[in-house]
Amino acid sequence: MSHKIVVPIGPYHPLQEEPELFRLYVEGEKVVDLDIVIGYNHRGIEELSEHKHFDQVPFLVERICGICSTSHPFAYVNAVEDLAGIQVPERALYIRTIIAEMERIHSHLLWLGLAGHFIGYNTVWMWAWKYREPVLNVFEMISGNRNHYAMMKVGGVRRDIKNEDIPALKKAMDELVPALDLFRGAVVDDPVIQARLKGIGILTKEQCVDWCVEGPTARASGLNIDVRKDEPYGAYDRVDWNVIVHEDGDIFAKTLVRILELYESVSIIRQCLDKMPCGEIDANVKDIPPGEGIGRVEAPRGECFHYVRSDGTNRPTRHKVRAPSYMNVASNKVAAVGGTISDAAITLAAVDPCYCCTERTAVLDRGTDKKIMNGWDLIRLSQEKTERMRGK
Amino acid sequence: MLKLIFNFLIFPGFLFASCVGLIAGWVDRKVTARIQWRVGPPWYQNFVDIIKLSGKEIIVPQGAKAIFLLSPFAGLLSAVLAAVILGRSILVPAQSFVGDLIVLLYLLVIPAASLIFGASSSRNPLASVGASREMKMVLGYELPFILVAVVAIIKCEGAVKLGNILSYQMSFTSNLILPSGWVSPSGLIAFSVAILCMQAKLGFVPFDAAEAEQEIMGGTLIEYSGLPLAVFKLTKALLLYTMPLLLIVLFWGKDLRPAFLIVKYVSLLVVVILIKNTNPRLRIDQALRFFWGPMTVLALVAVVLALFGI
Repeated sequence: MSHKIVVPIGPYHPLQEEPELFRLYVEGEKVVDLDIVIGYNHRGIEELSEHKHFDQVPFLVERICGICSTSHPFAYVNAVEDLAGIQVPERALYIRTIIAEMERIHSHLLWLGLAGHFIGYNTVWMWAWKYREPVLNVFEMISGNRNHYAMMKVGGVRRDIKNEDIPALKKAMDELVPALDLFRGAVVDDPVIQARLKGIGILTKEQCVDWCVEGPTARASGLNIDVRKDEPYGAYDRVDWNVIVHEDGDIFAKTLVRILELYESVSIIRQCLDKMPCGEIDANVKDIPPGEGIGRVEAPRGECFHYVRSDGTNRPTRHKVRAPSYMNVASNKVAAVGGTISDAAITLAAVDPCYCCTERTAVLDRGTDKKIMNGWDLIRLSQEKTERMRGK
Repeated sequence: MLKLIFNFLIFPGFLFASCVGLIAGWVDRKVTARIQWRVGPPWYQNFVDIIKLSGKEIIVPQGAKAIFLLSPFAGLLSAVLAAVILGRSILVPAQSFVGDLIVLLYLLVIPAASLIFGASSSRNPLASVGASREMKMVLGYELPFILVAVVAIIKCEGAVKLGNILSYQMSFTSNLILPSGWVSPSGLIAFSVAILCMQAKLGFVPFDAAEAEQEIMGGTLIEYSGLPLAVFKLTKALLLYTMPLLLIVLFWGKDLRPAFLIVKYVSLLVVVILIKNTNPRLRIDQALRFFWGPMTVLALVAVVLALFGI
């Protein structure tokens, strides 16, 4: 059969909620070629950032992605601190690390759920997201928000983790471990999941290098790269943890790497909570001198890179952002071609392309169409919930 | 004549079967939701869905043939007919006709065939992928399913009338149990194979590749809207009524008083729902290999065992 059909995945498709277009050229079920079209979501973040002063930019870059909402500000503050040579207080470093690792936990659980959904296993989806909920609650306890925590600040962090909250945090981590065991068991032991994921969407070590793949996607192919180890930032050099590397390069290895990384994250958070010194959380930076700096952060999806240049005013003159999905999505070209359409669906998702969702909600009375709650009421509701949680 | 029309349209035909099927569909949604820590819809959700869909605009893709609109109704009619034949054979076993089991097996293929015809005539590439998957699926599960039916026929001493299969089981023992009181290996194997074939016939996970929403956005159903889509959903509901009932008639027909029948039906339904919720979707080639490999072999083993009378 030489008759090629184009199966479009995107820009609107139940597989990937974000607007991206993959054109799968198929012969029967086999994918013979793949076009990747991105750019539907361009928002001009870099340009916007150059019109804000240094302290406003973290709020902006936080909104690049709803899931890595701490990786971008983290990389940005690293870049500015590199530029200005700022010494960040110890406690702030630990708090940053805790927040970043908790974000990794909730991001990996989110991916695990979506991966289950993509192979038609909706039970895994719902369960993974159920166990992700306590992590979001912890975020709410610390910062008042479930997703955009606004913790990063040039020179430190915006909010402290109160010492009296630490037992609750530790308890949340303890309760997470049985859930992780459950998922590890469910993935490793299930023959049908293995049949679906093993030997599928393989990226070899050489291909990973050629396509500049990063993060768990690269580590599943035997590449031992992790910014947290290679160029430690935050408090990663002060705690003991391992880089998870697998050799197989298939989707199963990628899943396993992510699940095992969850255990490492839990261990990092526990150590940070134990070792966190008392003291200042902010270096009170006043001026940013002229110069340039880079910040690298291991986001849940791979290396997140920020470059900032300053001319001595209170705004960055150039701010460059490179998110990990930018590199990883392109590797689908080698990973998905040659498989079937079913394999392509999970392969395209296995690099964990970044989703962001924003929604404004209003609650209407069905009978009269009268607004019962508007956005502000909902914000008030959620603030009340946060207060209740803090009160406990 | 009037009685036949009543049988076809009201009981045990269209109205009754679709109501039971839609409620069974609700049980499926509710149990699935509870397994997944969700709340689930109210009991009338499926009825509302069908009513709402039938009132929606029907969009016919450019260049689609008349068969695009006809095939859903062909599927529905054959599903209703299957429900009537099966229902009547349970109500009055003596009145069933020779070879109704064979007719039933044919009728139960037509809904799948109508999906294939409808999808192929819609000119959508995703629908054509879905249609080809559905076709492979039918090829896959029909062989073991027919073999399984043969097991029931052998065990009931060659009866190809549903009524005779039932009355044989009622007067002796169900096909799952040997006359000596032990569990019958051939009956048990055939019953398990039949459950998995039923799973595939109903298009449930792990055998829902033809509709895979995350891959081909509903595949066979992608171009359907409004009434034809409602008809397909209704056909699905009718199959959800007919298939477990057929399995009960073939293998589990010792006692068919209403209370027992309901318990048996619901327990089969729960098995289907549990399989659905504890498995990821199989790739179409894996599903095909599964049915032509282990399932066919098991069904053959069951046939041989049944010939030896165990």
